[in-house]
Amino acid sequence: MKKLIENNITYLVEQFYSNPSLIEEYIHEVYEVIGKVEDRVKSYITLRPLEDVLDEFRKLRDRIKYGFKGRLLGIAVAVKDCIVTRGIRTTCASRMLQDFIPPYNATVVERIINEGGIIIGKTNMDEFAMGSTTENSAFYVTRNPWDLSRVAGGSSGGSAAAVSSREASIALGSDTGGSIRTPASYTGTVGMKPTYGLVSRYGLIAYANSLEQIGPIARNLSDLTLMLSIISGHDPKDSTSLKIYDTNYDRYLSKAPLKNYKIAVIKECIEQGVDRAVMQAFNRAISRFESEGLEVTEVSMPLIKYGLPAYYIIADAEASSNLARYDGIRYGYHVGVGERSYDDVYSEVRSYGFGLEVKRRILLGTFVLSAGYYDQYYLKALKVRRLLRNEFVRIFNRYDFIAIPTTPTPPPKVGEAIDDPLKLYLMDIYTVLANLVGIPAISIPADIVDGLPIGIQILGPELSEGYLINIAYIYEEISKLRDLTPPLVV
Amino acid sequence: MVSNNVVIGLEIHTQITSLKTKLFCSCPSDYRGKPPNTNVCPTCLGLPGALPVVNVNAIKAAIMVALALRCSISDLLVFTRKHYFYPDLPKNYQISQYDGIGSMPIAKNGYVILNIDGNIKKIRIRRINIEEDPGRLIYPTGSLLTSKYTLIDYNRSGIALLEIVTEPDISTPKEAKVFIDKIRSILEHLGITDPNLEGSIRVDANISLAGGSRVEVKNISSPKDVERALAYEIIRQSKMLGSGEVVRRETRHWDSVRKVTVPLRAKELEEDYRYFPDPDLPPIKITKELIMDIASKLPELPDQRIERFVRSYGISEYLANVLVLEKSLADYFEECVGICGNPELVGNIVVNDLKRWIDELNLEVIEAKKLLPANQLCKLIQLLINNSINIKILKEVLPKALRSGKDVISIIYEEGYMDISDEKMLMKIVEEVFKENQQAVKDALDNPKAINYLVGQVMKKTKGRANPSITNKLITMKLAEIRGTPKNDR
Ligand SMILES: [Zn+2]
Repeated sequence: MKKLIENNITYLVEQFYSNPSLIEEYIHEVYEVIGKVEDRVKSYITLRPLEDVLDEFRKLRDRIKYGFKGRLLGIAVAVKDCIVTRGIRTTCASRMLQDFIPPYNATVVERIINEGGIIIGKTNMDEFAMGSTTENSAFYVTRNPWDLSRVAGGSSGGSAAAVSSREASIALGSDTGGSIRTPASYTGTVGMKPTYGLVSRYGLIAYANSLEQIGPIARNLSDLTLMLSIISGHDPKDSTSLKIYDTNYDRYLSKAPLKNYKIAVIKECIEQGVDRAVMQAFNRAISRFESEGLEVTEVSMPLIKYGLPAYYIIADAEASSNLARYDGIRYGYHVGVGERSYDDVYSEVRSYGFGLEVKRRILLGTFVLSAGYYDQYYLKALKVRRLLRNEFVRIFNRYDFIAIPTTPTPPPKVGEAIDDPLKLYLMDIYTVLANLVGIPAISIPADIVDGLPIGIQILGPELSEGYLINIAYIYEEISKLRDLTPPLVV
Repeated sequence: MVSNNVVIGLEIHTQITSLKTKLFCSCPSDYRGKPPNTNVCPTCLGLPGALPVVNVNAIKAAIMVALALRCSISDLLVFTRKHYFYPDLPKNYQISQYDGIGSMPIAKNGYVILNIDGNIKKIRIRRINIEEDPGRLIYPTGSLLTSKYTLIDYNRSGIALLEIVTEPDISTPKEAKVFIDKIRSILEHLGITDPNLEGSIRVDANISLAGGSRVEVKNISSPKDVERALAYEIIRQSKMLGSGEVVRRETRHWDSVRKVTVPLRAKELEEDYRYFPDPDLPPIKITKELIMDIASKLPELPDQRIERFVRSYGISEYLANVLVLEKSLADYFEECVGICGNPELVGNIVVNDLKRWIDELNLEVIEAKKLLPANQLCKLIQLLINNSINIKILKEVLPKALRSGKDVISIIYEEGYMDISDEKMLMKIVEEVFKENQQAVKDALDNPKAINYLVGQVMKKTKGRANPSITNKLITMKLAEIRGTPKNDR
């Protein structure tokens, strides 16, 4: 018999309404999977004890009796460990916050709980979301369920691995420069970075405020659409939150194109430096679109090459500022003060509490904001950002979407890329664009090559999430690449 | 000490005490007297993931001040992060404003006209910033120098502050005091800051003497102390310069207990605060309509009030100036004049007598108002006008009323203060005095000046309670009788 966990969320929730005790069965299934694979995959940093989760189920069952309705009723949700959860340890995969238990919930967490979702654990990530492989976690690497010798991508690697290997039905990630889309691409899942300001950042531990968004990672478009509908929409607690109130995207799950879509492929993104397997998957996807009668055109955008440096300057500048607060005085890693001055104490706390990549980015960020370098680096990066925005506006005047590979390579082997920061940064070359420009982008499985799923990225203009869902759903329908099951789970 | 080559610039930090909540969160702004670290939330504690949302009333308050100080107001409100590590700063950056590329203070280029003993002086305002107050460091011994450890109370963290920065246009400690007095009065008249609340207005003073570097004195809380601290610095620095020592650039701390400045840190270089626009707070448009709306509702300002006092009450400019220095005193004056008229008399009594006792007894004007309401002072003034009491008695009743809060009439009766103005009773005493001092009567008949001796004798017999003008009149009448000249009056 098909396991409950294999079903999509909307179907499950319907079942749970008519028979709430199924929730208990479902939870046991999830924990069974976790028992089976977690040792090898390492998706979670903090997994809630089964007993706690069952307690929550019982409370939920009582509320159902009194007519409670929720679109995530009883669903096991995994949350990236940089999103704060009241009473549940939130570490950001850093020694700095190893024992930090937040006193409040992020807005997205609040919304999930209000819909009856059960947060079962906090997923592994690169420390403070700085990385593309989850190897920068202060605790351990998350492995790719499709090939345990490979990384699951990052920085939301734990979330993607958990969803892919059925350790949760759905997960939240955060995407500053590709951190949702890269691991989605590597694990055969779907992941979306929404338009900047569509999803509240309240409770997202900041890495680079002007770039990042929380978004869903799911096994199929239906689940992703449901989660996006729940977490998006205006939040008065976030000043950068857009005043968007209608956030039901269900109607975009249509097999027919809602418009006469025109797709642009950016020449510079497929010309060189792209792995053979990635190109193969990408071309397969393009020909599938074309066979559906969609118009695909190559366009040129030479400015693209400045995207990555501009991204790293802006992200590191903001990070150096955001991470200043970790001094061990109010929360987080704490050392005995003795009769030392505060700067001695801060130095000790920050030397031990932060990992190497975090220190590297704080130093770079501090440098680019320093007097004398601010104009040369930070202001110039902002200028690139503005120019890129103009370029994207220009393209979106003529095309509905841009399609490019999510990453230039398939998932690297563990340890393969981590020692070479430049190589590692290059993995983000195609994902940072959407963050710099503030537009939505989705990564969906393009194909499976040599036993590994490979993603394609589709970008749309601001607030085009609905149409992105529509085209991604059309692709899911033609390719049947949904609910992909890694061999590990079978 | 007068010196022609002293250059002083001030930075005034004033809390917007009229706000109900802090600048970026909904914690109450009324933090005084609360147990340490209880008036806090994730935002003002800088917890990971928390975000700021600006209190729009703070912007309105800043615009009011900008208009009152004749500044030009920016059409965009941009918040900037100012980075420095210090334990009172929960995020290790302060959300402030800055004048640079992409950043601007809410207002700049204003001025204030001072009247210093009749001389007019213009002090230019460089800029006004909106910023958040840090927490409060508490030294267990009360002094930074002798405490072995420091405690931190974040109740104040995030309170809305305005930073008003002058050009270095001030040349004496006295001018500095007059300037701060005037700013205080303006803030009070605008209803923005209650200057009587502890720590609501704090001043940093920059002072340099010809031949020396700029020294910054921090943490001065009263106008009087600003004058003292600057006078202290002028003496200290001119002594150093006189003996050939070098006055280096440094920051000093005003010890308000010992009335000295002590070194805090040497300032070899311009500190690099790595200012950059806060990505959590998108710029806000300040429209002409908003500014005009605020301007049209601006309350009467001190200069206008002084002018009105002179014009409609006919009091001297000096008196008007002193009254308006403290809004509550000016309000009290107007209340009294409304009840008992006689603005010149009331003004003199309020300024010369009442205010002196208020200061002497260490009261605030608002407290004094409760102890001696306007109608009470008016009763005294009425008695004075009717010659029921003399000015000496009025002056003695004031402190008694301020100390006890008792009704002034009962004080007069209990203390036996009421003037003897009953003419029959006084005439008897005058007749007695005439009998006992025949030589003096003769003298008085020849020399009108000798009359004072007789008045003195009447006073002696009545223990000073005789109404002087009636006594005078009666003695003159009596003398006229003796001379045999016809009575003109009565
Ligand atoms: Zn607060």
